[in-house]
Amino acid sequence: MALDTAAPPKPRMSRRQRARLTRWAQYGVGILVVLFLVVKTDWAQFNAAFFRLDIVQRMWPSVITIGLKNTLIYTALAFIFGLALGLIIAMMKLSSIGPYRWFANAYVELFRGLPALVVLFMVAYGIPNAFPGFQFPGDIYGKVMVGLGLTAAAYMAETIRAGIQAVPKGQVEAARTLRMGYGRTIFSIVLPQAFRVVIPPLTNEIILLVKDSSLVYVLGVTFAQYELTKFSQDFLNRTVNPTPLIVGALCYLIITLPLSSLVRALEKRYAKAR
Amino acid sequence: MPTLPDTPGVPTAVELPAISIQGLSKSFGTNEVLKDISLDVATGEVVCVIGPSGSGKSTLLRCVNMLETPTSGTIHVGADEMTDPDVDIDRVRRRIGMVFQSFNLFPHLTVLQNLTIAQTKVLRRSKAEADKVARHNLERVGMTHKEDAFPAQLSGGQQQRVAIARSLSMDPELMLFDEPTSALDPELVGEVLAVMKSLANQGMTMMIVTHEMAFAREVADRVVFMDGGYVVEEGSPADVIGDPKESRTKSFLHRVLNPLVIEPDELTDEGVQDLR
Repeated sequence: MALDTAAPPKPRMSRRQRARLTRWAQYGVGILVVLFLVVKTDWAQFNAAFFRLDIVQRMWPSVITIGLKNTLIYTALAFIFGLALGLIIAMMKLSSIGPYRWFANAYVELFRGLPALVVLFMVAYGIPNAFPGFQFPGDIYGKVMVGLGLTAAAYMAETIRAGIQAVPKGQVEAARTLRMGYGRTIFSIVLPQAFRVVIPPLTNEIILLVKDSSLVYVLGVTFAQYELTKFSQDFLNRTVNPTPLIVGALCYLIITLPLSSLVRALEKRYAKAR
Repeated sequence: MPTLPDTPGVPTAVELPAISIQGLSKSFGTNEVLKDISLDVATGEVVCVIGPSGSGKSTLLRCVNMLETPTSGTIHVGADEMTDPDVDIDRVRRRIGMVFQSFNLFPHLTVLQNLTIAQTKVLRRSKAEADKVARHNLERVGMTHKEDAFPAQLSGGQQQRVAIARSLSMDPELMLFDEPTSALDPELVGEVLAVMKSLANQGMTMMIVTHEMAFAREVADRVVFMDGGYVVEEGSPADVIGDPKESRTKSFLHRVLNPLVIEPDELTDEGVQDLR
């Protein structure tokens, strides 16, 4: 076979050149799509649908003083309840006593498997029906705390259990040889270290709870008890315009975005002490 | 090398051995790790336990402060029987310090907090008093300059010295060392051994599981050779290390002291076949 050695070598791109070309091609396609949308959109119509300033003004400031405030309260109540119960369930899961472990496993499987809405319903309507005369302390607040907290506890128990198990066994042994008792070892040695491990997944739980708090509307709440979603929905019905939904969505981001940066700050702070 | 100020020896009840182990057996499932071990450690004595890995040395040490529960046999620490189910183990443990191969410092606490947490929470010492005791013990191990550091910022040798100081801060009458230098880089071994040597010179009762033959030969009052869950040979370092009687002791020491002596054709699936 005769090789045509006289022909000039085909100019071939290096791997890096090819990668750069591909990237610019991707940028180009992206820009074209955006340009197409910008040109084709009827901006007057778009703003009328999503950004009606007069509606925003009508929602202000109650979207903050009622919607945002209640979302935060419901989330915090459910989180505190869920964290405390989750911690107990996690300890039970790790217990050497069989019945404790069985109960904890059953609890997690049950409440992780049920929709949060169903649990909230059963707690808020079922318990007062089953126990006549029983009143949740703080009425709506007690119902939300337990109704959403029970589900949150199931998820958090699993997270906390993993965090506790991530602490080396030698830590417990060292504490025992220093004569620390079981409770002291857990609270002074194991949990502080476990906590550092579970900060990111626990933040996830909070963010999920923030969104689960939108279920509270099923409890038949008054205007003063509206959280963001119900609040926005209410305005949506009154104005027949989606602008309130945009405002509500932005408020959710006001809660969740700082949480993410808080996690980064905490992780940085704990980096050298682990 | 840190130089260590002298500390008066801890007053102890005489007569009784510091540790008395009688007929101790320990099984993990069907695996019998310790077989009928009897061993006394006198007050002020330094006993080094040597032997191949898997021989039960560490398990023996961990049984002494009940990190492992013996299957049968008794262990007395002073007058207290650790193996008695009614005895308050935490009370007896207070008199026993323990140093681990992996240091086990608390990573979320500073060096000083590592030394004070058990003092304040368990012994109920005031913060000022705990700090004072902690600084005194940091001085004994030459680590005062690092009291605000976190463990992760220290070298392995420094971490182990802090771990020793942490044990000392609980005023133990005897100290258990579980391969304290095995996890260290070779150049860091010396600083830890120096601290242990000075403790021995101060009259501390010590039971040390180690592979450092030179240390055992120089510092130990008695050397115990274990293999397969038995105490095979015990006696003065000069006898056990210098002039072993048992073939298993000879074989072990031969390998430890001459690691290059093993020929490739001696390798088996199990490791190295027994010499001699």
